[in-house]
Amino acid sequence: MGSVFLVTAAFLASAVEMVEALTIVLAVGVTRGWRSALAGTAVATLALAATVAGVGPALVRIPIDDLRLVVGVLLLVFGLQWLRKAILRASGHIALHDEDAVFRRELEGARAAGAVGRGGVDWYAFTIAFKGVFLEGLEVAFIVLTFGTAQGNIPLAAAGAAAAVVLVGVAGMLVHQPLSRVPENTLKFTVGVLLTTFGTFWSVEGTGTAWPGNDAALLGVLGYALAASLGLTMYMRYERRRLTAPAYLAGAGGSER
Amino acid sequence: MTLVTRFFRFWYDFIVGDDWTVAAAVVAALVVTAFLGRHRVAAWWVLPVVVVLTLGLSLRRSLGRRGS
Repeated sequence: MGSVFLVTAAFLASAVEMVEALTIVLAVGVTRGWRSALAGTAVATLALAATVAGVGPALVRIPIDDLRLVVGVLLLVFGLQWLRKAILRASGHIALHDEDAVFRRELEGARAAGAVGRGGVDWYAFTIAFKGVFLEGLEVAFIVLTFGTAQGNIPLAAAGAAAAVVLVGVAGMLVHQPLSRVPENTLKFTVGVLLTTFGTFWSVEGTGTAWPGNDAALLGVLGYALAASLGLTMYMRYERRRLTAPAYLAGAGGSER
Repeated sequence: MTLVTRFFRFWYDFIVGDDWTVAAAVVAALVVTAFLGRHRVAAWWVLPVVVVLTLGLSLRRSLGRRGS
């Protein structure tokens, strides 16, 4: 059961971040040429793989209870950050991530940058592609490392993440435009719930406290985290409707007079 | 800003993000869980309760910030 969640979380997190990185690489590649954009992407991918390969073995040496406490706290704090943002987006308090808008912005930036080639390399294209892929990928590397070590299976987590990279990459090559139809926020919400679930479960175990029913409690925590997140989304939607209602706005205007 | 400050700032933003109180509440809840556990009190429920309350409060605070 844990392996299924491990692969799912790594795959979904990687898919979300890959969609965002793909938008940047596409914009730079279309405007400035593919050679330097792809070189930046390749170097960033290698840097991420090196990070996972370098940090992973060091994490494995930490005793499992200490590791689960530290990893649990990190995953929980990180997962709550994703969940908070996904709930704010789902309830309309902040705008959904718009890949088409990001693509247009990156295109304008790339066109305005002018020629900065040296030694046959377009350093603007290289740097933007590298930064886009590395920074988006770092979140995936973080999830693969923390989730993978706590479950004792970094290769499986890495395989889940790699599958998403291949899938999104192939889709991007085929359509040759940003994947704006991917339900990014739903994926982010799902990953947030999974990270919060495992973060909660492992960090409590890491303090030496037993869950009732041991590993079976994981499903209970998952159901609880999902129900609470959906409930908070509904509450935030209700608050948005209330705050934008004409009666409230008229009242707010009246109190200022 | 020095390179070292920028390094730590990056990791702080990366892991903790917009609302530090969420991270602080998680750590405090775990300290309470460990403390109660040492005194043989079943404390597995503390963190799940704190997590939902803190997330709810953090979302509510963001409403206030956006409304003001």
